[in-house]
Amino acid sequence: MPQVSMTVNGKAVSATVEGRTLLVQLLREQLGLTGTHVGCDTSQCGACVVHVDGKSVKSCTMLAVQANGAAVATIEGLATNGKLHPMQEAFRDNHGLQCGFCTPGMVMSALDLVKHNANPSETQVREWLEGNLCRCTGYHNIVKSIQAGAAAMRGAGR
Amino acid sequence: MYEFNYQRPKSLADAAKALKSAGDGGKLVAGGQTLIPTLKQRLAQPSDLIDLGGLKDLAGIKVEGGKVTIGALTTHAEVAHSAAVQKAIPALAALAEGIGDPQVRNRGTIGGSVANADPAADYPAGVVGLGATVHTNERTIAADQFFTGLFTTALKPGEIVTAVSFPVPQKAGYAKFPNPASRYCVVAVMAAKTADGVRVAVTGAGPSVFRVKEMEAALGKNWAPAAVDGIKVAPANLNQDIHASAEYRAHLVGVMARRAIEAAG
Repeated sequence: MPQVSMTVNGKAVSATVEGRTLLVQLLREQLGLTGTHVGCDTSQCGACVVHVDGKSVKSCTMLAVQANGAAVATIEGLATNGKLHPMQEAFRDNHGLQCGFCTPGMVMSALDLVKHNANPSETQVREWLEGNLCRCTGYHNIVKSIQAGAAAMRGAGR
Repeated sequence: MYEFNYQRPKSLADAAKALKSAGDGGKLVAGGQTLIPTLKQRLAQPSDLIDLGGLKDLAGIKVEGGKVTIGALTTHAEVAHSAAVQKAIPALAALAEGIGDPQVRNRGTIGGSVANADPAADYPAGVVGLGATVHTNERTIAADQFFTGLFTTALKPGEIVTAVSFPVPQKAGYAKFPNPASRYCVVAVMAAKTADGVRVAVTGAGPSVFRVKEMEAALGKNWAPAAVDGIKVAPANLNQDIHASAEYRAHLVGVMARRAIEAAG
């Protein structure tokens, strides 16, 4: 069976996987990082979004072996010393979640957006969230959260 | 997902060899944005999955000699954000920016998209509308000969797409009526004014991408949105599903063609 090595949230990890093991299965089932969620399992909902080499991807639509040698970042890696990342803080402050199931994917997707566009307009946020579904909030507060999070990150020079 | 034997060749020659020796059970994967969901639904059962991800030479964009050549492993996001593509063929960058969602664009590749030949994919309209050439490990194939039907292409068993080269058009525009859930094309049109004449290619409407010769002739005489007014495509052989009837798709071909020409300017 294939061996994979990668960094996850900055830590080196190695694992034995099957060829068909999905990246999200490696993260959740073998590494215990259950912050990354499986929502639809059909590449549509975006609850499983993580970053691979700095780019947001759907970890349910990537094989673990395809991430061999990559730097993977998940929601668990965002808070530092118990302090939430400004984007996470913004979701809390703006009531950007109700059940919270989609939130890890929303936050990881939002951070990829902010990388390209530090000050996204409401339209740009909505377009970017094409691949992230939320069944509770109607998106209004998520959009607000992401704009607030982006503003906080600009303020913090991140 | 059924089990398969995963292979990650280090060279194009090794990939071709692996694909040939796997025979009918061999399947190539690049970004996997179509194939992995297909495998998860057990709609395909390859014995061997041959990952092209290690062939870094197959990724990248070159603009030279009036052509934009895009390596097969180049992602949709890379095409969309490429300053060189945006400058040479803005319609192609726009096409790539409209595929799926940001995460799909970060993984999905041009080679995978053209080889898969989904009837509702964006790239077939770009490839045929711009009169591109598909390069493989064995030969080059002109766009008009490449797409042969529903999910079928001129690729032979064991053949691997390595790049697609697009001649820079004088003008080109792309307009898409996306399915609101999947962002696949209900109908999309690439219209281009090239050195070899006008090309109008339609994806989403039929079982495979097709050209509308009558619109091309009219636009050849008068490159203006109004030139396609009244030119109808027969709904007889068009796709019909829960998203749109064949008649509606036929209607959208005219609307998207007009918008594509407006976008081209």
